[in-house]
Amino acid sequence: MSDVVEKTLSALPGLFDSQTGAARITSRLRQLVKSITELTSKHEEESLIKQELSSMKEQVSSPNTSMKQMREIMVRAMYCEMLGYDASFTYIHAIKLAQQGGVLEKRVGYLAVSLFLNEGHELLLLLVNTVLKDLQSTNVIEAYMALTVVAQVFPKDMIPAVLPLLEDKLSEIIRRKAVLALYKFYLIAPNQVQHIHAKFRKALCDRDPGVMTSSLHIYLQLITESPDDYKDLTGSFVTILKQVVDGKLPVDFNYHNVPAPWLQIQLLRILSLLGKEDRSTSELMYEVLDESLRRAEMNHNITYAILYECVKAIYTIHPKAELLEKAARCIGNFVLSPKINLRYLGLKALTYVVQHDAKLALQHQMTIIECLDHTDFTIKRETLELLFRITNAQNVTVIVEKMLDFLHVYEQCTTSYKMNVRCYVPMITLTFAPDNSWFIQTMNDVFSTGGDLLQQDVPNNFLRLLAEGKREEDDQLRLYAVNSYLTVLNGDASHLPQRFLQVMSWVCTTTHTHTHTHTHTQNKNSAMRLIQILVRDLKKSYLLNISVRLYSNFKYHFSSSTLILEGVKRVWGRDGYLRQNETTAPPVDEPSAAVQPSGQQEAAERLEPQPEPSTQNQDKLQLASSLFVGLGAGSSMSLLGKSEAPPPRFRKKPRPHESSSSSSSGTSERSSDSSSRSSHSTTDSFLYGSLLEEEPATSISAFSHTPKSSTANGLAQNKDTKEDRRANTSQILGGDMVIVRPNTFQDKHPSLVSSDLTALLPADLKDLPHSDVISLTSDPSLSLSSCRLFRDEALLLVILISNCTETVIKDVAVQLTCEELEVWNVMNCLEGNSTSVCHYALLMDEPHTNVSFTGTVSYQTQPGHTNTLSFSGTLSAADFIRPLVVSTEEYGKLWLSLSHDVKQNLKLLTDASDPLRTTLNALKDALQLHVVDIIGSEGIVACRLLSGAPCLLHCRVNGAALAMWLRSPHPALPDCILYHCQRALAQH
Amino acid sequence: MIKFLLMVNKQGQTRLSRYYEQVELGKRASLEADVVRGCLARRKEECSFVEFKDYKLVYRQYAALFIVVGITENENELSIYELVHNFVEVLDKYFSRVSELDIMFNLDKVHIILDEMILNGHIVETNKTRILAPLLALDKMAES
Repeated sequence: MSDVVEKTLSALPGLFDSQTGAARITSRLRQLVKSITELTSKHEEESLIKQELSSMKEQVSSPNTSMKQMREIMVRAMYCEMLGYDASFTYIHAIKLAQQGGVLEKRVGYLAVSLFLNEGHELLLLLVNTVLKDLQSTNVIEAYMALTVVAQVFPKDMIPAVLPLLEDKLSEIIRRKAVLALYKFYLIAPNQVQHIHAKFRKALCDRDPGVMTSSLHIYLQLITESPDDYKDLTGSFVTILKQVVDGKLPVDFNYHNVPAPWLQIQLLRILSLLGKEDRSTSELMYEVLDESLRRAEMNHNITYAILYECVKAIYTIHPKAELLEKAARCIGNFVLSPKINLRYLGLKALTYVVQHDAKLALQHQMTIIECLDHTDFTIKRETLELLFRITNAQNVTVIVEKMLDFLHVYEQCTTSYKMNVRCYVPMITLTFAPDNSWFIQTMNDVFSTGGDLLQQDVPNNFLRLLAEGKREEDDQLRLYAVNSYLTVLNGDASHLPQRFLQVMSWVCTTTHTHTHTHTHTQNKNSAMRLIQILVRDLKKSYLLNISVRLYSNFKYHFSSSTLILEGVKRVWGRDGYLRQNETTAPPVDEPSAAVQPSGQQEAAERLEPQPEPSTQNQDKLQLASSLFVGLGAGSSMSLLGKSEAPPPRFRKKPRPHESSSSSSSGTSERSSDSSSRSSHSTTDSFLYGSLLEEEPATSISAFSHTPKSSTANGLAQNKDTKEDRRANTSQILGGDMVIVRPNTFQDKHPSLVSSDLTALLPADLKDLPHSDVISLTSDPSLSLSSCRLFRDEALLLVILISNCTETVIKDVAVQLTCEELEVWNVMNCLEGNSTSVCHYALLMDEPHTNVSFTGTVSYQTQPGHTNTLSFSGTLSAADFIRPLVVSTEEYGKLWLSLSHDVKQNLKLLTDASDPLRTTLNALKDALQLHVVDIIGSEGIVACRLLSGAPCLLHCRVNGAALAMWLRSPHPALPDCILYHCQRALAQH
Repeated sequence: MIKFLLMVNKQGQTRLSRYYEQVELGKRASLEADVVRGCLARRKEECSFVEFKDYKLVYRQYAALFIVVGITENENELSIYELVHNFVEVLDKYFSRVSELDIMFNLDKVHIILDEMILNGHIVETNKTRILAPLLALDKMAES
């Protein structure tokens, strides 16, 4: 296509002489263009444009300047602005030109307005009248131009003035532009066009394909926002796509013999949004997707662009095995293509699909390795993105090595894409690290190269991890860290990023205070030496500050059997680190076998290349075997999470033991998951911190406790996670989600009245304190009820599903959603008149007075006929409060260390002989508080939120009222508890 | 979404720029210089997509002229790559064998064509006949 621009600058003189064709323009503009082409330096450009601007200024203020000349001035002004020089004095004249010029001048006037003025520019108001006039013009061209500018830039406040005229245009020949203008309005002021949604539908069904295409922009937007409201249009979109694919559009919509490719892409995007997690909707589109895959056979770039979109759609909607297979084959055509652009898109597609099926990466392992060594930055980075998605405990060292290599090579380049790679390393290091030395060395590398570019949560999570452990091995880890820092500081420390130094100083002070076993005095010594070096050599005043404050805070550092408060962390917390740190949970007897020294050796063994028949490139094969280890069907750590994971290193606390409700007392559930297979599940605090930060103030996490529960996938993922989880329903058992297998005990139990349902609770849960069984919803086939069980470390929400019919109900699937999280529950069939139970464990991280949950049950009474039943309910913060058992002395110490306090007078229950005791007991019953002590007219009470934050209540009888003073490390918790106390007393 | 479209020559001189997201006038020149540097640094055998700040650039070279489109992550790079070609084909049809000079002398018309194809960063028309229809009508009215 390079012949298109054959005429180059060498043809210039000839063009200036001949007054034909392109060169037929007025002299001043011609002169400017000529001068611009002759520019050789920035300096020349500056003086040329300055000269030009002053001559233009003179011209515009002259009364003799004609509209035609004004049009030429506008184009010259465009040039000036394009080169970066301000020509704002011409703006008003652009508006005048649109107002007064003939058609061509008017168009240039409008064009200049759309180029020069952004939304919100005050001069735009002056344009409104011109637009209104032109919209009512009998000249279609004028109305068309007005619509064009409205669709580009228009003052939001003036929309009501122009809207009725726009709606009229929806029935005219230029309705396509009117639809686009409405789309613009929808973008800048969605409320103003709410009443014309019916007209959007009319546009979608317009016999002119152009109008229909324009309406798709609106629908893509609407469906992205709320897919459920537009499911009924699925059939229409499918029909349109079918017609396009079948070549029913006029031939001028073709591009290189492919019918309306960009329209096809738009439709595929819409369909994938509609079909996501929706089986019945997805079923409507299987045929047309199959057809699209089949039709796009021609070997042209644009067909590959369509194929890419098609593959994505197939992997986004409810899966169909046959289609998935075809799509996967299709990716092969991409990644094996000699054309580099196609190969890139293939990698991108592969990155998308491995999130659903990691085995696909295996098929292309040699290609992936080639791409990893590719000289092209873009290809290399996309490959790393792909590797990030398939990282597991076995290939982590190789993948991290590749990522660090990349970061070293491209140190100068700091695009935010690169930032991703920077974040990936700590993410997967924290998750999959096989041993201490590797972990610390990698993190040192991350901190010294990434340094101040790292996101704040990287040091946060690292430090939290280091601070948490209280065992022998954790001391070793800290010692290792401190010693490695001494080595680092022995070298040239001047280039080390500020943040790395902060991390070091924090680690050494925490090590110093944290060393639990006296055998480790060398820990303390190393830490002291490190502090000395840091303070002496680097003379950073903040380090000194920290040390001083640390020592002064040591007196608050105490530990007891139930509660440990970290003065250290809190001090640091105000400086920005460990912001979310709310007291740690009571320590637990930890199985010490969970980790270590053998890990190193094991990792080495795992990385040993498998003996392979020697082919041409042994190195690559070796790399492949280390990169793709764990992805195969039979091997462990698969994304599909079918088999056992090796003992993960960096999970400090034991997983809440299956059914035993009493084993772990108050372990912070967030970090308790001991399986790296579930590393991306929401229970993982490290990943949680760094990945899902944008989630609304961490609300409630749900995870399973049932014996058969399994969380699959070893990937650290970003926010896509949720989507992936949804898209994979057919592979539920092996798939990428948290699964709660119902205990289908008592399947044959006769149908029971609601009050008897508690009898159906699993045996191991029966003895727990629980609420009444509440009926949630019912339909002729199923009835749903729920019950809350108060476990020590979580709230168990039990959902009882009863089949009220005589027949078997199949494919019953329960989905529970609470804010951002969801858990699936699947059972194959439900016998007639039986009841099944599924339960979810819930945690509240941020105090909310009330939270609501919603969910759906889908089931089949007849094959192929899916019914859904939705339900919802509310949980109160009181459900998540547990007693905090502390002694009076501990209470006193804790009280002094807490910062956020609230005071309020409450109602005192005066009708009893001992009002204070009665009142506190009433509160205790309602809220599960622990009454620590009552002395005279004062009482002290303690409780905690499930996730760990304590709240202390100090109550004093004050006349006829109860003066309550609450303290907590969490600012919102006292308010929340106060609210529920007030309610409890009011109801009493 | 499309963030901007640039036409730049090998010397790094901007021949056309259209922003679909507000960029201050003062910052455009340095952004454009960076974009050109990013594209010129690439070799022929490398792919036509390159990361740039928080978006991606799709570029295509015609003789000495580069057309560079800045897009967001969710766009399909290859479809934009072909969109650029469609745009050039439309220009070629209108100017009958378009050259860099045609674009320079008719900056306003090139903008008018582009505005038919891309609106608010979205592809709104790709049918060549329909893209050119308004401009041809305008030309006809101006002549008479």
